[in-house]
Amino acid sequence: MTEKLPSSVDQVQEVVLDTDLLIIGAGNSGCFAAIEAKKQNPQLRVTLMEKAHIDRSGCLAGGMDAINTYIKKGRTVEQFVRWSRSQAGGIIREDLMTTLAEVLNQPTEEWEKWGLPIDKEEDGDEYHTRGKWDITIKGSEMKVILAEKVREYGCEILNRVVATNFLTDGARVIGAMGFSVRENKFYVVKAKATIVSTGGAAGIYKPYQADSIDSHHQLWYCPFNVGTGYAMGIRAGAEMTTFEMRWCATRTKDFNGPIDTISVGYETPMINAQGEKVLQERYAHLGGESAPRFIRANVPMEEWLAGRGPCYVDTRGMTPEQIKDMKVDYLNERPAFVLFLASRAQDVSQEPIEIYGNDPYIVGGHTASGYWVDVKRSTTMQGLFASGDVAGGAPNKFVGGCAAEGMLAARGAVEYIAKQSAPHVDAQQIAYEKARVFAPAVRQVEDDGVSPREMEERMQRLMDEYAGGIHQFFRMNRQGLEYALKNIRILQDQTKYLVVHNLHELMEAHEVVDRLDVAQVLLHHLLFREETRWPGWQTRTDFPEKNDAKFDCFVNSKRDPATGAVHVFTRPYEQMVPGDRYKP
Amino acid sequence: MPPRVNVNKCDGCKAEHEPLCEQVCPGDLMTLHLETKKGYCHSPRDCWDCMSCVKICPQGALETKAPYQLGYYRAKLIPLMGTNKITWTCVDINGKVERFVVRTRNDE
Repeated sequence: MTEKLPSSVDQVQEVVLDTDLLIIGAGNSGCFAAIEAKKQNPQLRVTLMEKAHIDRSGCLAGGMDAINTYIKKGRTVEQFVRWSRSQAGGIIREDLMTTLAEVLNQPTEEWEKWGLPIDKEEDGDEYHTRGKWDITIKGSEMKVILAEKVREYGCEILNRVVATNFLTDGARVIGAMGFSVRENKFYVVKAKATIVSTGGAAGIYKPYQADSIDSHHQLWYCPFNVGTGYAMGIRAGAEMTTFEMRWCATRTKDFNGPIDTISVGYETPMINAQGEKVLQERYAHLGGESAPRFIRANVPMEEWLAGRGPCYVDTRGMTPEQIKDMKVDYLNERPAFVLFLASRAQDVSQEPIEIYGNDPYIVGGHTASGYWVDVKRSTTMQGLFASGDVAGGAPNKFVGGCAAEGMLAARGAVEYIAKQSAPHVDAQQIAYEKARVFAPAVRQVEDDGVSPREMEERMQRLMDEYAGGIHQFFRMNRQGLEYALKNIRILQDQTKYLVVHNLHELMEAHEVVDRLDVAQVLLHHLLFREETRWPGWQTRTDFPEKNDAKFDCFVNSKRDPATGAVHVFTRPYEQMVPGDRYKP
Repeated sequence: MPPRVNVNKCDGCKAEHEPLCEQVCPGDLMTLHLETKKGYCHSPRDCWDCMSCVKICPQGALETKAPYQLGYYRAKLIPLMGTNKITWTCVDINGKVERFVVRTRNDE
């Protein structure tokens, strides 16, 4: 915070580093990628570029209470793929999901050996299951444990370095550039292969808790994951998929905490204001309490619109032991939820927990949004691999799947590295990026300009009101989307007026730049899919029905790096695992 | 939910560069006050209440507050970190106390 910003780009120190494998984002997936690369070849130089500090970064910063994807004894890879497919409304990349499921359990089992407590069944050594594929953990310190292992394996860690763009040699990605939020330093990291494993995008939409003080970041998803990995790919011209499959979920109202902890963990039914068991009574044909997640996200909103809100999970049947266990679960993942209940003196054995939807996120660990990749997790750009939240096509990966995918990306990258020669680095590209990155800082001396926060709030308001945010009950139509797109384009142009006064604000400026690029692509995807495929996640009021003849496929896009124009097209869905796609 | 710093307990970690809360905050929100040399949250609106700073503070000087717009004054949730466990103490707005002991690491 204390370092004075440079008034000219010449004052910024340039740090040039050479490595074999660069991993951008040292969260869960990136850490497992780093460890796997070292296991494959201990001589390999592996460098992680992390915006925060590796001990507490990404989705796991606060901890977790469960690993939602683990294949227990007696269950099969095929069953897992079928379940994930049905949860995503029938469209997933089955090749990606199958390869992921084959190695899915490995990271979880290693984590346990490294010190992560995992609950066991009372009658043996099997992990304790919650729902079908979830196992419960005591995960408050799981990220710290993982970070220790990354250090033990001898990886190089660049903490507090914000990635801004890939370094390219023609069509090949040869590393990345970024800046420090602690010192006036610009980083150029040259690499034989690069894995992008940053988080998904929060903060594109306005959260409904956003009051004037103290609660703007009352989000379920990590608010510091802003979609930088997506944005870097979009700017470089990588092919992206399924951004329109947004992640909206049922969450505890006002606190925005996870709800599966209660509804799946303790089998509490969802009820409306009239006490009807909504999922069981009105949505039995879609699976009742285990209906796909987009249906479960949509139900409280439908009930509110029909005048039957608020909705709750009915905790009044829980035993005192279950209530205590539930609070422990929250203490491991979102401890402040226990504080929240205390701040309302709420006794959940007497008063059920209110639920509501969250602000929409683009998050490939949950839905299918992200880079279009092959089974080796290679993107459409040579030398660039993707894993975790930014890798598309494989929804319902969650913590275990993102970790497993990190391993797969590392294997793909290590294989690629063996065949590579030294890249050619273009000095002009570096100079251009350095000037772009520090422009909002240099500008402070001559202009009052626009602050990152002002621009962020303008973007969030637009997306919320015209592109199916929480205040519109996730609903949207063509006119609204076009209005949002027109204004997002204005904001993108106005980033030339961004002004910052310290390095933290410089990070915020690039966060808003990145989110605008994600928003632009998202809007194109939402406009293209003229149907309603996943009500709750993607609800078009002007096209309320599913249109299988035209849209039973992937919607993909590429942005032209020269013009900024977004080209949207389709890729066919291919069924590999037999069976009804809409049933687990 | 902004962390509140008890300035009587905070010693700024006596760190040359940055205190532990600043090191771990995933949002880059904690820092040392230039004059007082005590930790503070420079953008309370942006806190995710992950409690990483509260858990790591060796002086127990930090407390996560519930935003008043969402919950009433003044409940408390205080973690005490052990080697392989955390002890959480929760006090609601009527003074009712609950205590939880949770394992954080498998024993060696």
